[in-house]
Amino acid sequence: MGDTVLPGEMPVEKSPANHLTDPAFLADLRRQMLKFAVLQLDNEAQAEDAVQEALVGALKNVASFERKAALKTWVFAILKHKITDLLRYRQRWVDVEKHRELPDEESLPSVFDTRGFWHQDDRPNRWAQPVEAIDDAHFWRVFEACLEDLPPAQGRVFMMREFIELDSDEICQSVDITTSNLHVLLHRARLRLRRCLEMHWFCEDEAL
Amino acid sequence: MMNCEQATRLMSDSRERTLTLRERAAIKVHNLLCDGCKNFNVQVQDLGQIARRYARERDDSQAKTSHKPEQPRSTE
Repeated sequence: MGDTVLPGEMPVEKSPANHLTDPAFLADLRRQMLKFAVLQLDNEAQAEDAVQEALVGALKNVASFERKAALKTWVFAILKHKITDLLRYRQRWVDVEKHRELPDEESLPSVFDTRGFWHQDDRPNRWAQPVEAIDDAHFWRVFEACLEDLPPAQGRVFMMREFIELDSDEICQSVDITTSNLHVLLHRARLRLRRCLEMHWFCEDEAL
Repeated sequence: MMNCEQATRLMSDSRERTLTLRERAAIKVHNLLCDGCKNFNVQVQDLGQIARRYARERDDSQAKTSHKPEQPRSTE
């Protein structure tokens, strides 16, 4: 009896067309996309729509993807385009007269002393082989955790800038802040992110 | 001399705009005396590379390393 394997139970990689009909894979993918979209758009309903459209778009070309990872990367690429479109559309409706103050939670991380010099423990160390780290799956989990740890506005503008590669003007208009506020947020995001990565990843390779 | 907060701010800004000659000179001078900021300057670029790579192929590397060969099913 053990030799009989039903076609549906074959322990081989499913054919590409099945990836998006695999409920567990789809649910997981949807959840990740939604999280990404909500972070970018700060609007649950628009995020839901963007994710839905990206998935529908992906279904049309699903047969050309052999591996789940490649399909996922591609679905995210579609999603990013949708988000960029939405953000560009939004900026036409921006109320230009008002520029919000930065909330307290978006503060500078306490890495500098009162004179503005590094605290001993927070002074950046040299990272050993940062490029090699990025072939390690565990590194990406650390990176994701650090990213989620950023205050929301810092996380959002960092992703707009470094993931979607919008320029300063586009970001300022879509989230309604001044260029100088944007640069302050990006500075803080980078200070936090590098500290987090150094603490949870690069410290292990530290030679000192 | 600039302090580290100001120096790192300029280094961060350099990802978004072209720094003036004076600003770049100020960073150079600061970094001669400050290893922390010198390292930060490299890491700002590293962060950009890492983020771009993450956005582009976030799952490829995971698929490669987490892939385990199927255990042959023992059927008695």
